[in-house]
Amino acid sequence: MRPDRSQSFNVPLRNTTNQPTELDSKPHTIEVEKLHKRFGKINAVDGISFKVEKGQIVGFLGPNGAGKSTTMRILTGYNRASSGTAKICGVPVTADPHFIKRRIGYMPENNPLPLELRVREYLKYRAKIKEIPFSQRRRAIDTALERCDLLRAQDRIIGKLSKGFRQRVGIADAILANPEVIIMDEPTIGLDPHQVILIRDLIASLRGRMTVIISSHILPEIEMTCDQIVIINHGKIVGQGSPAELRDTFIDHTTYEVEVHGPAKELEAALASVAPELKVERTSERDADGFATVEIQIKGKHDYREELFQALAENPDLRPRSLRSKMAPLEDVFLAATRRSWETVDEELAAPQPAPQEDEKEPVTQNPEPGTKS
Amino acid sequence: MRHFTTLLRNEIWRLLISPSTYIAGFLFLLVMGFLFQWMLRLYTSDPQDETPSVLFFRMFFIPVFFMVPLLTMRSVAEERRSGTIETLLTTPVTITEIVLAKFSASYLYYCSLWLVTASFHIIFFTYAQADTIIDPYPLIGGYAYIFLSGTLFLSLGIFASSLTKSQLVAGILGFTLVFGFIVIGSNIEDLSVLAAEKAHWLRQLADHTDALQHMGDFSTGIIDTRAIVLYLSASLTFLFLSILAIEYRDGTS
Repeated sequence: MRPDRSQSFNVPLRNTTNQPTELDSKPHTIEVEKLHKRFGKINAVDGISFKVEKGQIVGFLGPNGAGKSTTMRILTGYNRASSGTAKICGVPVTADPHFIKRRIGYMPENNPLPLELRVREYLKYRAKIKEIPFSQRRRAIDTALERCDLLRAQDRIIGKLSKGFRQRVGIADAILANPEVIIMDEPTIGLDPHQVILIRDLIASLRGRMTVIISSHILPEIEMTCDQIVIINHGKIVGQGSPAELRDTFIDHTTYEVEVHGPAKELEAALASVAPELKVERTSERDADGFATVEIQIKGKHDYREELFQALAENPDLRPRSLRSKMAPLEDVFLAATRRSWETVDEELAAPQPAPQEDEKEPVTQNPEPGTKS
Repeated sequence: MRHFTTLLRNEIWRLLISPSTYIAGFLFLLVMGFLFQWMLRLYTSDPQDETPSVLFFRMFFIPVFFMVPLLTMRSVAEERRSGTIETLLTTPVTITEIVLAKFSASYLYYCSLWLVTASFHIIFFTYAQADTIIDPYPLIGGYAYIFLSGTLFLSLGIFASSLTKSQLVAGILGFTLVFGFIVIGSNIEDLSVLAAEKAHWLRQLADHTDALQHMGDFSTGIIDTRAIVLYLSASLTFLFLSILAIEYRDGTS
């Protein structure tokens, strides 16, 4: 988001451990403030700040190399941030790694597993090193196996399982100790649609009890499971909020889809009578009955559905069959958000030295307008 | 240290269910068997100054050269390559526990393989030399040295493995380190540079790092505390360096 990002730019880096967050921090399980991570000259994570409430499911969205995995690794305490703070349950991850590690369940990218062990064996070993008390260990393993639908596969060797099963073993391991925060890096990568649904349902079933962070670049999946979406590009947050909020921020037009029978001229005249800004964006081929699907777009957020329907119904030459307002797909939001960040990156690159015009413009024109692509 | 036993049990279990463990063990015993047999043939042709067990232990470095890298090259490098080190380090275990567990597992395996070779001597004494009294002291001394030096060699191997992602590099590096310690350590005093008076301290150092000399001492019954201190402290040093290497490469990278 705009205000967020400008903040992180103008404020000089500093240690924020002494900030008076005691009162604010209570309802937030995860707090990340001005996180930076540098690998050599590359800023993998460049001033990311966000907060997650307890029980929420958060999706990290971003192109490859945007800094999603690095942010997750910093949250788990596996990597250390160059600057900034990440807090889990109000405790900075670097202050007490032991405390943090007992409160997170982490599934890394590509879900590494020891291939020679059996599923149950592996989970038993993980339960031990995750400090689950002996009396609860058996139940914890059984619950995790059951929730991931692994009971039938519990005595099979991990190396001989299919990818979907392995992925579920990884998730079972992440939820095993009933942690407060679950971090999963691309949990559904490389799975077939059926398995994706299974895992999506599984993640959704954790809502309310555990705070979940997942990353993905599969947009519909994120949209369906997550309460909050964080779009990251070039190590910066370029969009944040619920899917609806993101649409409000990034999509500045409303689209209606009408199935109508009649000449195009009459339609345009009818539209003009409702509001002059209404434009026909696209017209499909007419089907056997002579109906065409027409996309009508208007800048800004207006609700013309009723007027539109009446205007169409009153016109004797037009026979509307259906009318609905079309939600912009998250893909458009994502493209708009990442494009915006590319523009600002280009501006920043251009700002210090007077760069030639072409350099500045080129990346912008390379990306399609989000409105036209749907 | 509360996770040490869990990790160790897991390491040993994974060794036990892995076929390569048994193949490596079989090959080791095969090589040792051939060496022993070759040695006995030497005795039948010529009279020797030393007892067979002393001569047997003199050749300890041959299996060490290939067994130590084979045993240890997997340990950390494999975890790093497959990425399981990430899942391991995000649980409440410490790197010290991980390194010690890996070291202990390979050390136990190494020692058990050597213990099996004790059967050679038993067979030899019961069948070939049934009329002479078994002399256990060179054997005890020899095995004591094997177990003592094993700490250093395996920690060198673990250290090599903790530096890299590739098992091959770890194996070569481990071999080089072990080879370097045994061969250079035993022959450094022969270098002509050291004949000069000013290199006196270096020659003194070389006196203490001669692995073959230590072996000879131990198998003839001289238990030298200087050697004990050398091996134990050096192995602790390399285990500590391994911890630092993992921390550097995986913890904070």
